[in-house]
Amino acid sequence: MLTSGIILLAGSLLSPNPGLIFWTAVTFVIVLLILKKIAWGPILNALEEREKGIQSSIDRAHQAKDESEAILRKNRELLAKADAESDRIIREGKEYADKLRTDFTEKAQAEAKKMIATAKDEIEQEKRRALDVLRNEVADLAVMGAEKIIKTALDADMQKKIVDSMIQDLSTKRN
Amino acid sequence: MKRVNVIQAKAFFKVVALLALLLLNANGLAFALTENASGVPQNTPTTATAEPVAVPAAVAHAPEEEKAGEVIMHHILDNNVFSFEPFGSVNLPKIIVGGFDISITKHVVMLWVVSAILLIIFSIVGSKYKKMTSRQAPKGIVNAMEALVEFIRTDVAKANIGPGYEKYLTYLLTVFFFVLLCNLLGLVPYGATATGNINVTLTLATFTFFITQVAALKAHGLKGYLAHLTGGTHPALWIIMIPIEFIGLFTKPVALTIRLFANMTAGHIVILSLIFISFILKSYIVAVVMSVPFSIFIYLLELFVAFLQAFIFTMLSSLFIGLASAHEGNEAHEAGVAHH
Repeated sequence: MLTSGIILLAGSLLSPNPGLIFWTAVTFVIVLLILKKIAWGPILNALEEREKGIQSSIDRAHQAKDESEAILRKNRELLAKADAESDRIIREGKEYADKLRTDFTEKAQAEAKKMIATAKDEIEQEKRRALDVLRNEVADLAVMGAEKIIKTALDADMQKKIVDSMIQDLSTKRN
Repeated sequence: MKRVNVIQAKAFFKVVALLALLLLNANGLAFALTENASGVPQNTPTTATAEPVAVPAAVAHAPEEEKAGEVIMHHILDNNVFSFEPFGSVNLPKIIVGGFDISITKHVVMLWVVSAILLIIFSIVGSKYKKMTSRQAPKGIVNAMEALVEFIRTDVAKANIGPGYEKYLTYLLTVFFFVLLCNLLGLVPYGATATGNINVTLTLATFTFFITQVAALKAHGLKGYLAHLTGGTHPALWIIMIPIEFIGLFTKPVALTIRLFANMTAGHIVILSLIFISFILKSYIVAVVMSVPFSIFIYLLELFVAFLQAFIFTMLSSLFIGLASAHEGNEAHEAGVAHH
């Protein structure tokens, strides 16, 4: 019973075999060297490259996001500024228009007043001139009447006729 | 750490299973011996087996069991014949150079088969990678291999070694695929488990050992390496510390060796024993109810264990390298001690 156990354990299962150790070492080293050349090099390079590629893509995406956010913010600012600007322009335009209107109306009123005043002045002058002319005319007429009266004083009928005709004349003239 | 404990527990159960089988086996052989010695085949109720077998069956029982033990060991052990039963067998050449026996044995042939398969697969994969640009996604076998390579690279090497892990990737990747394929080919008909041979695992663990020592020397220099052997203690304790640390250097590769070897051997012994139970008991019922379902179950477990042990070997190798090259830290050292 013991012997068989010893045979199984020491005799075979755990027995050293230099030949197998040698072959394992040789095979493993050769496989390692060949695989290093044909497989691990390219695979690990590709993995690293891809890793870097993914990292740079992520970085780029983040950068692009930041940039776009900055642009968006800037756009919003610009929009707000433009809104304010347009408000201001409209307000200014309105103010200007108001001012312009009031100016124009004031000016127009002043002009009108001035025109009215000059017209009044002219009318006054014309009236005065007309009165002067009338006065002169009346004086002339009176003088002419007196002259006629004096010329025809000898004949009452005559005088009467003269005065009548003069008046007649006057009235026709006037008409 | 927890994961490692679980694995060690599993290894422990396997060793128990192995020992139980060995004991059973030994009983059988002992029985056969006593039977031969006494020369009274009939009417010997001193059955050494614990199973409640009918006494008349005991006659044919003993030689069968002896044969079973022999067959199991024949399957596990290395030999010079590569047999393709029932188609015949190939006698492998014996080579003796300078007094050393470097014969080509079954396990050497398996190592070469593994190497050939590895080289074929990875020459295909490698050439695909050379053609591939970084913008193309891998597919097919390239993708499958890349998953494993990437797993070893990030989760095993990078996680355990830390910065500077790239130097060790060649070794770790090779050892992972080598051990994995050795384990898997043991589950193929006519195959043999090269990693179930202690010489193979010892050689692989020796590589890890040397790489670990070189990593430690590079990281700490000769002075730091020697200082590490003293454990950072008072000179008065050196007489104790130096032998302990020196032994500690060798426990790691020995643990690697035994773990892989025992795991691979135990699984095969369990499968074969389960099959042989039906032959020993000469019962179809046992075969249908027990042998076949249980051996299928163990086979699937072995499939898992093949991957697990390849992973464990690689992970522990990288852990040892990481511990050796880590800059002075008591936690790291304690973790290493607690581990084994």
